[in-house]
Amino acid sequence: MHNKSISELSAGLRQGAFSSVELTRHFLDRIARHDERLNAYITRTEEAALAGARAADARIAAGEAGPLTGIPIAHKDIFCTDGIRTTCGSRMLERFTAPYDATVVSRFKQAGAVVLGKTNMDEFAMGSSNETSYYGAVRNPWDTTRVPGGSSGGSAAAVAARLCVAATGTDTGGSIRQPAALCGITGLKPTYGRVSRYGMIAFASSLDQAGPMAASAEDAATLLQAMAGFDERDSTSAQEPVPDYSAALGGDLAGVRIGLPKEYFGAGLDPAVAASVEQAIDEYRRLGAEVVEISLPNTSLAVPVYYVVAPAECSSNLARFDGVRYGHRCEAPRDLEDLYKRSRAEGFGPEVKRRIMIGTYALSAGYYDAYYLKAQQIRHLISDDFARAFREVDVILGPTTPGTAFALGEKADDPVSMYLSDIYTIAVNLAGLPGISVPVAPADGRPVGLQLIGNYFQEARLLNLAHRLQQATDWHKAAPAEFE
Amino acid sequence: MQWETVIGLEIHAQLATRSKIFSGASTAFGAAPNTQACNIDLGLPGVLPVLNREVVRMAVRFATAIDAELGRRSVFARKNYFYPDLPKGYQISQYELPIVGRGHVEILLEEGAAKRIGVTRAHLEEDAGKSLHEDFHGSTGIDLNRAGTPLLEIVSEPDMRSAREAVAYARKIHQIVQYLGICDGNMQEGSFRCDANVSVRPMGEDRLGTRAELKNINSFRFLERAINFEVERQIDLIESGGKVVQETRLYDAARDETRSMRTKEEANDYRYFPDPDLLPVELDDAFIEAVRSDMPELPDAKRQRFSEAYGLSAYDASVVTASLSLADYFETVAEAAGDAKLAANWVMGELAAALNKENLEIGSSPVDAPRLGAMLRRIADNTISGKIAKQVFEAMWNGEGGADEIIEARGLKQITDSGAIERVVDEVIAANPQQVESYRGAEAAKQGKMLGFFVGQVMKASQGKANPKQVNELLRQKLS
Repeated sequence: MHNKSISELSAGLRQGAFSSVELTRHFLDRIARHDERLNAYITRTEEAALAGARAADARIAAGEAGPLTGIPIAHKDIFCTDGIRTTCGSRMLERFTAPYDATVVSRFKQAGAVVLGKTNMDEFAMGSSNETSYYGAVRNPWDTTRVPGGSSGGSAAAVAARLCVAATGTDTGGSIRQPAALCGITGLKPTYGRVSRYGMIAFASSLDQAGPMAASAEDAATLLQAMAGFDERDSTSAQEPVPDYSAALGGDLAGVRIGLPKEYFGAGLDPAVAASVEQAIDEYRRLGAEVVEISLPNTSLAVPVYYVVAPAECSSNLARFDGVRYGHRCEAPRDLEDLYKRSRAEGFGPEVKRRIMIGTYALSAGYYDAYYLKAQQIRHLISDDFARAFREVDVILGPTTPGTAFALGEKADDPVSMYLSDIYTIAVNLAGLPGISVPVAPADGRPVGLQLIGNYFQEARLLNLAHRLQQATDWHKAAPAEFE
Repeated sequence: MQWETVIGLEIHAQLATRSKIFSGASTAFGAAPNTQACNIDLGLPGVLPVLNREVVRMAVRFATAIDAELGRRSVFARKNYFYPDLPKGYQISQYELPIVGRGHVEILLEEGAAKRIGVTRAHLEEDAGKSLHEDFHGSTGIDLNRAGTPLLEIVSEPDMRSAREAVAYARKIHQIVQYLGICDGNMQEGSFRCDANVSVRPMGEDRLGTRAELKNINSFRFLERAINFEVERQIDLIESGGKVVQETRLYDAARDETRSMRTKEEANDYRYFPDPDLLPVELDDAFIEAVRSDMPELPDAKRQRFSEAYGLSAYDASVVTASLSLADYFETVAEAAGDAKLAANWVMGELAAALNKENLEIGSSPVDAPRLGAMLRRIADNTISGKIAKQVFEAMWNGEGGADEIIEARGLKQITDSGAIERVVDEVIAANPQQVESYRGAEAAKQGKMLGFFVGQVMKASQGKANPKQVNELLRQKLS
């Protein structure tokens, strides 16, 4: 049952082959059986899930079911959920329960999806390995000595091990695509503004974007359909109409121009990963696409720019966690200064503190022009690179990450090497473009992700390209044996 | 040495919107603590601000009123600092690109001359909450009802040269925002707050001296006092060999002094940067045109019109246009009375005194404008005398009804029947033979004054109701 697609499950529910309660129990059982090894969930919501499943069954019986009604999913623990704790992977919010639902959460509620729980993540989405979570590292279902990637590592591992049908994630510099690649699933970061950020705890507001993480492009399309659209509570959400993503699947690739940025295939790329990507490129050629080399000359500036912009915004976004109104407060503060210092010192982990300090520095008087302003200027250059490329090609293709999943602890003490694992994904956020990671042939038994980058609001095209590859190959169907 | 004072003001005008600048919570004053703070005002994780369009309209109105350049593209920025009543750890304000650019207003100096004061800029921002230090036994209470209330911060050029000028400028801005209907101007409730940047320099010097910023000033009177104290303090300091340091000083009204709050070194580095949660505000021509075509009459124009249409002196016109509510009151009275000068005298005299005595604003006057106007019409048509009118006014003030009702009930109608007046005059003449004799024997120049005695007696005998003009005429006739 857990290896079925959303449309198969939805058909099964409507035909009465099984109920949503049965389906939900099946996934709850799997979580109970397997999650101790993976630590993909921070909070499990068995009772709420079963209540949701019963409601979904009633809706199905009444003939009012949509494609997600009764489908068990999981939310990254960065989305506020009314009445269910939201930790954001941090000690700071260990006992925080929001009094409201994020827009993404309420849209899935309206669609009738069943929520199994809240998935693990790097603390405040800051990390590329899920090791910065206060709730412990998540393990990669393909090799539990390795990381699942991050920051949406819990969602990626849960989908890969089939501890949920699909999950939500957020992506600020690669946090959906990189763990999707490392766990062998499909993950889409939509265009900035495509999905509302309301109720999603902010890391870097100008980069954050929520998206679907699923077993296939087809499933991802169904999820995105529920998530996308303008929200009056988010001024940065786009008024752009939402197309029918599922209807766009299956479109012909003949004549589609795919650009390979030479900067994405240079030094630093694991040859085994490169080989897997090459195989997929050959598939696209067979499907009728035209493949050309392009250049994104400012690629090497993306990581340094990101590590000014994202920390700068986070230093401000995380100021609200001060121990005054909610969240962790230190014991017996002597005075206000002490309350601030100890609450924050105790509530935040080292990576979060590192970024707050970098960001505070970058915005300080006398440094602002040299760092923040300069970074914003370079950000424009990076966007211009893509704009030029999209005058020549329809879509850009490359590896999602330079290597496969690394061992737990391998990069934990080397932030720069960790930051470089997002080298191919970060520029996409800086430009606000959509990007999708699709599993291709594994390397050394570990998943490899292929990234497709589209022009603004071209999610349908990306999903179609991913879908055509998944129709032509079986790479996305591979499942980690240990969790069968 | 001769010193010159240089003053610039930063005025925070709370915009009179129903809901907050970035949330739908109410802005009403005086609700129980934290009952008007929604998820957004509380700065909960995940919430986002959405700009209230009304504040933009109000800012554009203000820009139009002070003939300012408009920031066609203005940007909200975050001003980062930690404070318990600042829920997000930053205040959303405007920094490099404000919505209102350079403009100016004219103030009237005592000598009657006008002076132009430059406005550097005005920008939109959200207010913080309030920290409550009383009643919490060593702890601090936080009330976030005010958090997110829209403010327009109006920054002047350092164009003022005395406390008086500063007050005149502050009053002018106060008057304009009220006329525009964008601020209620209530200084007690903090809807209109002034900070003053004050420095001194030797007369003739071009460079500005080091300034102190004075805060916590909640009336025009205190603004004048705080500046005067500070100017004296700075001059004394320099003359005794000291140096003024750049700092923020709090005005203590009880002691009538300013005290250092923090120096420049202790000042926060606010780490301003554009708020990524809000789009830049782009003003299009249609929006600006719509605001401009819907502007109310402004104070200067109203003053001019009053002085022309109602024949008021420049002084009277400026007094009755001091606030929009007073001007509206006056205009209603004048129309109803049919005599503008009489209306001006009453509004600025009897009414102002009565309001002042009970510490009331014009808006809460027990005698409304139509009633006062109706009473003044009874003076103009000789139904009552000005003196009787004071009695009628007092009765109206005490809630005894309208003028006609009171005149009727108390029998205050003026006696204009010459036969009736003549009878009283004859009685008075008959009862005072001695005075009559001395009057008749006096020189013409002195008679005028002596006539007053007889007028007084007649008025007394008629309980003030005899028409004074007729009484005078009859007495003159009969005594000659």
